[in-house]
Amino acid sequence: MTVDAVHEPFRTQLTVRLRDGRSLLGVDLPGPCTFTSGNGVDILWMGPDEYLVLAEPGRQAELEAALSGECDAVVDVSAQRNVYRLSGSHDPRAKCPNDVALKRRESPADVLAHGCSIDLEVLPPGSCVQTLLARTGIVLMVREEGYTILVRQSFSDYFTAWLADASLEYVS
Amino acid sequence: MTRLSGVPLKFTFDGRELTGFLGDTLASALLANGIHQVATSIKHGRPRGIIGAGVEDSNALVQIEKPFPEPMLSATTVELYDGLEARGLRGQGRLATEPDPARYDAKHAHCDVLVIGAGPAGRAAAAAAEGRVLLVDDQPDGEAPEGVRFLSRTTAFGVYDDGFVLAVERRGEPTAPERISRQRIWRIRAKRIVIATGAHERPIVFPDNDRPGIMLAGAARTYLNRYGVLAGQRVVVFTTNDSALDAASELAAAGAEIVRIVDAREGYGVIGTDGGSHVTAAHVAKLGETQGERVECDLLLVSGGWNPAVHLYSQARGTLRYAPELGAYVPAGDLPNVTVVGAAAGEGLPETKILWQVPAPESEVDTRFVDQQRDATVSDVLRATGAGLRSLEHVKRYTTIGTAHDQGKTSGMLAAGITAEALGVDLADRRPTTFRPPYTPVSFAALAGRNRGELHDPVRVTTIHPWHVEHGAEFENVGQWKRPWYYPRRGESMHDAVKRECRAARNDVALMDGSTLGKIDVQGPDAGWFLDMLYTNMMSNLRVGRIRYGVMCGVDGMVIDDGTVIRVGEERFLVTTTTGNAAKILEWMEEWLQTEWPHLRVFATSVTEHWTTIPLVGPRSREVLGRLAPDLDVSNEAFGFMTWQDAEVAGIAARVCRISFSGELAYEINVPSWHGPALWQSIVDQGATPYGTEAMHVLRAEKGYPIIGQDTDGTVTPQDLGMSWAVSKKKADFIGKRSFARAENNRPDRKHLVGLLPADPSILLPEGSQIIESEVVPEPPVRMLGHVTSSYDSAALGRTFALALVRSGRERIGETQYVPVGDEVVPVTVTESVLFDKEGARRDG
Repeated sequence: MTVDAVHEPFRTQLTVRLRDGRSLLGVDLPGPCTFTSGNGVDILWMGPDEYLVLAEPGRQAELEAALSGECDAVVDVSAQRNVYRLSGSHDPRAKCPNDVALKRRESPADVLAHGCSIDLEVLPPGSCVQTLLARTGIVLMVREEGYTILVRQSFSDYFTAWLADASLEYVS
Repeated sequence: MTRLSGVPLKFTFDGRELTGFLGDTLASALLANGIHQVATSIKHGRPRGIIGAGVEDSNALVQIEKPFPEPMLSATTVELYDGLEARGLRGQGRLATEPDPARYDAKHAHCDVLVIGAGPAGRAAAAAAEGRVLLVDDQPDGEAPEGVRFLSRTTAFGVYDDGFVLAVERRGEPTAPERISRQRIWRIRAKRIVIATGAHERPIVFPDNDRPGIMLAGAARTYLNRYGVLAGQRVVVFTTNDSALDAASELAAAGAEIVRIVDAREGYGVIGTDGGSHVTAAHVAKLGETQGERVECDLLLVSGGWNPAVHLYSQARGTLRYAPELGAYVPAGDLPNVTVVGAAAGEGLPETKILWQVPAPESEVDTRFVDQQRDATVSDVLRATGAGLRSLEHVKRYTTIGTAHDQGKTSGMLAAGITAEALGVDLADRRPTTFRPPYTPVSFAALAGRNRGELHDPVRVTTIHPWHVEHGAEFENVGQWKRPWYYPRRGESMHDAVKRECRAARNDVALMDGSTLGKIDVQGPDAGWFLDMLYTNMMSNLRVGRIRYGVMCGVDGMVIDDGTVIRVGEERFLVTTTTGNAAKILEWMEEWLQTEWPHLRVFATSVTEHWTTIPLVGPRSREVLGRLAPDLDVSNEAFGFMTWQDAEVAGIAARVCRISFSGELAYEINVPSWHGPALWQSIVDQGATPYGTEAMHVLRAEKGYPIIGQDTDGTVTPQDLGMSWAVSKKKADFIGKRSFARAENNRPDRKHLVGLLPADPSILLPEGSQIIESEVVPEPPVRMLGHVTSSYDSAALGRTFALALVRSGRERIGETQYVPVGDEVVPVTVTESVLFDKEGARRDG
């Protein structure tokens, strides 16, 4: 079993506050503890009127301008959290694409289970929860083929040290 | 009978080199080597042997010496491994003095059904369960039905609310690779729990019932059937029920001679034993008689019935009922999500005659042991009831029965029975003692897991941290943050380094990493009104582009935080907080917004870690900023004090604020934190001197700027700090305003923040020193005027100075007061708190 952890630097991250609305940037708003995707952005549910828009690097100004008309508040928080992508290596024995995706989630889930109390086995893709990983808060997004984890920048050294330590047993 | 067929293992016990087999416990290997005595008792030093075959054993405590010292393990639960060195223990052992090299960790698990115990009842329950099923069992072997996740060597030791169960898995024994954890705490969340933990056999109390070679009948069966060890050749069986008869026939089939079966149901009992380090004979008599027949034996098996292992059920708040046919407490029923099956529910256990103790004459020395680990006897129980104790819980505390490592697994029920007999009451009317986690001892190392060393507590660092480390900074912990304290040059003391850093800030140009400062973006149409309510001073009339210092109070009118407010736009502000209060102030805002003023259209967002903040300080700071930001007009006219501008600094889009926490001409440059290191390097390349938190403290203290939390303690008002100017008289309301009208807040003898100058300018007053009125410390009680909150040696002042909270401090300015320091009393002059550049010419120029 192997797990790949990749830091994705400089991602655009905007906190959006919106009390009444159904969509942002043409993407349906997510319900509690989920995220939605489209038009090159992910929209993460962070609270009853709070969302986080996640996009490729360099889109801060463009998206901020686009959002300012359709929400109550928008704040650039791109450097507030570090973004990591976790996935398991492809299992050649898996036969159908669903199996591949499942395998890609299984191995990181096994490592995360050392510090995360969420039931990752049943959390479907599209989920987005704010929880603790060991002793740091994280935002955990479940994707088809792995996880995206957002960690406060000042905690990211702790996060990576913890992740490396938790993975130790699985290093072949 | 065949011994374990596997791999021979060499081990050492009490200095003797012995051999056992893979699959042995230390106890089974000792018995196979003919060793019954494992330890001596804690109070009386009596020889003690192995009475059980699992967690119920009360006697066989050992100290593991190698490979790593571990105290107080039960020989019946230690799996044997090659190279094990152990010795018998009289009560307490010794902890290792060196760090434990093994790895311990934790893991979360979720299931629909958790089955605890993989005996027949547990396996059946697991097979019948639907959904995700997890089966745990404390034994090394065993198997699970198909489709069931199985953890062997795993003891569920705690059941908590809502299906939360803690278990410890022994997985690395004997000696595992370093990266494999030796023990793992499983944090299990189960929708439903099935307890199938079986039952523990109960001994019978009689005189000299504690000699090595006296063993529970079921334990002898286990040693025979699981480990291929015959615990004795000449066997006497003393029983109240049929289960011991099975043990007798199995031992006989294995070649032992059963010399006598003493059945209490037929009116016979064992009234005493002979032997030293091993039992040599049992005295058998009719119950009630004091003279008996001496029957030679080398193994005396005892069975007084079976106690269902209801510990986990009881932990889950299940109520227990006394079952007279068993002489034990059983679950009174199922809990909503907890079921008990098999022997743990009392099912299938043999009916028994109730015999807690064999009637025996009083003797001078009581050897009728109830709790062998605690050396507690029948006399101790009777002393408790004689003293008037009637509750089983009180008897437990009085006698210590059931408080040892085994938590009374064999002794608890006996103590209850003997107590009830003594009081002439029915056990059905007595509440049993409470079962609490852990079910078996769990090491602190396992509970700590990976939360040790660098993972013990997160260390928060800024993006510039690697530079600080590389340049030899000493660090200070501020909450979870690690902040540069000072940057000593080779051979430089802290004192000299801080003085040098202060001089650079006062006379040249210096920079610090202020990124830990809390930053909160506050926006919305009602943001101005909201901030007016939060701060004591007016914020809504601040013009866009300008900055104002503000003080925040609690509803009691005491200062909780301070910082600057930047008006970014008509409906947008950026608020800064002290480093330690960033999260607290955001919560404070949310509390008011969500509970008191939900109608407000205000949105607060933490941006603390989005921004790197670098104060650029000193007379040359304008020149350096001008060079780094060629497009920015840095003149005093174009960029005045308490204003901000957006500009490119060192090629990075930045927000530059002209504010000062040092009293010098200063700017705070903010850039997205991933650009922090580049900006820092560019400023350092301009010749600026990095300074740490200590120099920052000196610089601000010279100016009398308080640090909330250091110079205040939750009982200090803005007026006490001399900041009446920051308390609005115009605003209709704000948090804390009402409290300022209280008589208490207006007492003339409140403590004020003032400066202190020691008469001897080289004496540094320790922070926390008390201030008194007389040159000589009077007899107690001594009237205290206040205490020193901050104290430094100042390069700019050429002397030491301090800040202090002093009763009626402002009225005392110019007076001499006294500070006891060790054996001396130091005279100090009270001054106003601002000691340097009182006019502010440096800051504003």
